[in-house]
Amino acid sequence: MNEMVARTDTLNTLTADAREFEGKALRAQLARSTRLEKAKALLLVLPLLLFIGVMFIFPLADMMLRSTDNGPVAELMPDTAARLLDWDQFTLPDEATYAALARDIQTAQKERTLGKIATRLNFELSGIRSLLTKSARKLAQMESSDESWKQRLVQIDQRWGELATWSAIKRVLPSVTATFYLSSLDLAYDAKGEVVRKPPERAIYVDNFIKTFAISLGVTLSCFILGFPVAYLLSVLPTAKANLLMICVLLPFWTSLLVRTTSWIALLQTHGIVNDLLVWLGILSEGNRLDMMYNMFGTVVAMTHILLPFMILPLFSVMKSIDPSFMRAATSLGASPFTAFIRVYLPQTKPGIAAGSLLVFILAIGYYITPALVGGRTGQMISNFIAYHMQQSLNWGLAAALAVILLIIVLILYWLFNRIIGIDKLKLG
Amino acid sequence: MNQNSSFVEFRNVQKSYDGKTLVVKDFNLSITRGEFVTMLGPSGSGKTTCLMMLAGFETATYGDILLDGQPINKVPPQKRGIGMVFQNYALFPHMTVAENLAFPLEVRKLGRNVIKQKIGNALEMVELGELANRRPAQLSGGQKQRVALARALVFEPKLVLMDEPLGALDKNLREQMQYEIKRIHENLGVTMVYVTHDQSEALTMSDRIAVFNDGIVQQLASPATLYEEPENAFVASFIGENNRFSGTVKSLDSDRCIVTLDDDDCNIRALPINITGHGSRAILSLRPERVVIDPEEGSLPNIFKVRAEGVTYLGDHIRCSVNFGQRHQFIIKIPNSEQHPVLKPGSDFRIGWAGRDCRAFNA
Repeated sequence: MNEMVARTDTLNTLTADAREFEGKALRAQLARSTRLEKAKALLLVLPLLLFIGVMFIFPLADMMLRSTDNGPVAELMPDTAARLLDWDQFTLPDEATYAALARDIQTAQKERTLGKIATRLNFELSGIRSLLTKSARKLAQMESSDESWKQRLVQIDQRWGELATWSAIKRVLPSVTATFYLSSLDLAYDAKGEVVRKPPERAIYVDNFIKTFAISLGVTLSCFILGFPVAYLLSVLPTAKANLLMICVLLPFWTSLLVRTTSWIALLQTHGIVNDLLVWLGILSEGNRLDMMYNMFGTVVAMTHILLPFMILPLFSVMKSIDPSFMRAATSLGASPFTAFIRVYLPQTKPGIAAGSLLVFILAIGYYITPALVGGRTGQMISNFIAYHMQQSLNWGLAAALAVILLIIVLILYWLFNRIIGIDKLKLG
Repeated sequence: MNQNSSFVEFRNVQKSYDGKTLVVKDFNLSITRGEFVTMLGPSGSGKTTCLMMLAGFETATYGDILLDGQPINKVPPQKRGIGMVFQNYALFPHMTVAENLAFPLEVRKLGRNVIKQKIGNALEMVELGELANRRPAQLSGGQKQRVALARALVFEPKLVLMDEPLGALDKNLREQMQYEIKRIHENLGVTMVYVTHDQSEALTMSDRIAVFNDGIVQQLASPATLYEEPENAFVASFIGENNRFSGTVKSLDSDRCIVTLDDDDCNIRALPINITGHGSRAILSLRPERVVIDPEEGSLPNIFKVRAEGVTYLGDHIRCSVNFGQRHQFIIKIPNSEQHPVLKPGSDFRIGWAGRDCRAFNA
């Protein structure tokens, strides 16, 4: 009896093995038969893949590296770098380090690399640029004497006798730095090398991140409030009329962004059309003209106008697919039109609301040109600061760090969105 | 409440969508409590429009619709208390089956326990108790249909409307659901108004059928009457299969007429239904199953020689198209009994029929 059972067992395992083998063979067959199709598909997307690789991933990676890159100071001041390696930061460095610094400054001056060093160091401690150029000039004029290098340098400028100057130099020597990220979050190193909050008058980025967030949220909300009824109308109108309305919705896409933004200036500025009209109608007196341009309000209005289609299109595509019989069914079951809308229609538009809001919000949070043109002082967003550091202050490290933080915020939002709503439920049109 | 008075009544109802043509022209119908009435007709005949007017989704441009003696023309759909099953089921996709069923009860602000019990009963009625927590997308077509039915019944409406509810189901399931709906109708005693373009569905389920064409009710009668005694040419041709001939009335009595066919001088004796008089145009209608094969000479008033053209075996019966004079496509149905005659294409034989089986209508 036992023998019988054992034999059936072996038989079973055998057939199982055979089945597995067959399964593998079948999979291999399937893979072979679809290989050509897959190769063709790959060929179709290859140009885009290459383009994305070269034009998007590569610059993105470069930017991320730049946000932590400490710059060339260590190479350009090799002697000082070597001496400062095991400096304790609590007392001033020794004579040999001062000598090395003087040598390095003179070499850098000769090789015209002092500017680079000065620029990078100035991000750590403002004023250090002038200190370096001044020292280089004075060192060149100086005749040889018996005074130590320390005495001579402190004579040139007493800042060479301060710990803060030396710790700033030490901070730019490692290959990676957190300085730019700290700056982005309104933090800085103090003289002892500890991370501290920047004084309130110099803390701008955290507030601006919050403001950017608020503006984007405001724009998303206004787009939703203005766009939802339009999308609904689009979805219920007969085709001919819906097409006409759709053209009106898409019209902003066909005009230059710059023209549209400037036309908002013409409308909303202090002596613009809206204010003139209100004064003419007697609603406002001449002295009380509204400030609607060059502030946060102007930014929100202009951005809402520009981003509205990105809300309407996904909403429309979802609403178009909702059969009118759902509303009829709800009312036939006894629901008032309002209840039917809230409980039956609105939940079904959720994928469209989600897609439109995510799209508008993410576009808004990185918006640059509109706030630059109409934002004035209070309507500037984080992108404007990034642009400033790219173009004006040339602090690319800080610009990169701000951009990476923005990117991280967007990714977190995306992750949250996926957790709450589910990215597979998105419907973008 | 008078049991004999009509529960639903359409009085001279008209409907126009564009202000030029009438989709429904002078529609009159009265339905008694507990009745199962079907509106049957080709698409575009106005039957769905009538149903939508009763449900409140369309307004009648003229005339009155009465429910339980009260005119409801101005009552919004949610206040009419009419259950409705839609063609595409219209189950709310974001709610489970139980939530779908709870919807009409929640908007009526019933207590939670009452709702739970009613949902249970409704699901039991359609035999779907175990699917309460599924979403509509996870159901098969037949299950969706049952849920839609349960949802239309769960708040115990006195009247239930159905707009081609079985149109999307395959044939077997459709037949099964027909009996199911009929059973529920009989158990609950609720009044049902059913719209379909499928005549076999209408014949199976209905107490009475209103045949629509061109915005007018052509005939309102029980299934048997409609099939056996159609009142006009449209009903005769729309319900069941027919052989049709056109001709001129040669002689006319009260219960008998002779019609001369157009293409040859063949005289056919038929039963006049709405023939206006001697010499008028007439359409003859003859059911294929009323044709007798090889009748004895003189036993029937109409006996003709024919030649078989095509023979189709259909299981329960055999369908034969024969060449009758100049006319092709004359259809005969022979039941598949033990001694049914064997017909072969090309063979000659005789056919005949009784005068009362061939109905003559005014053309």
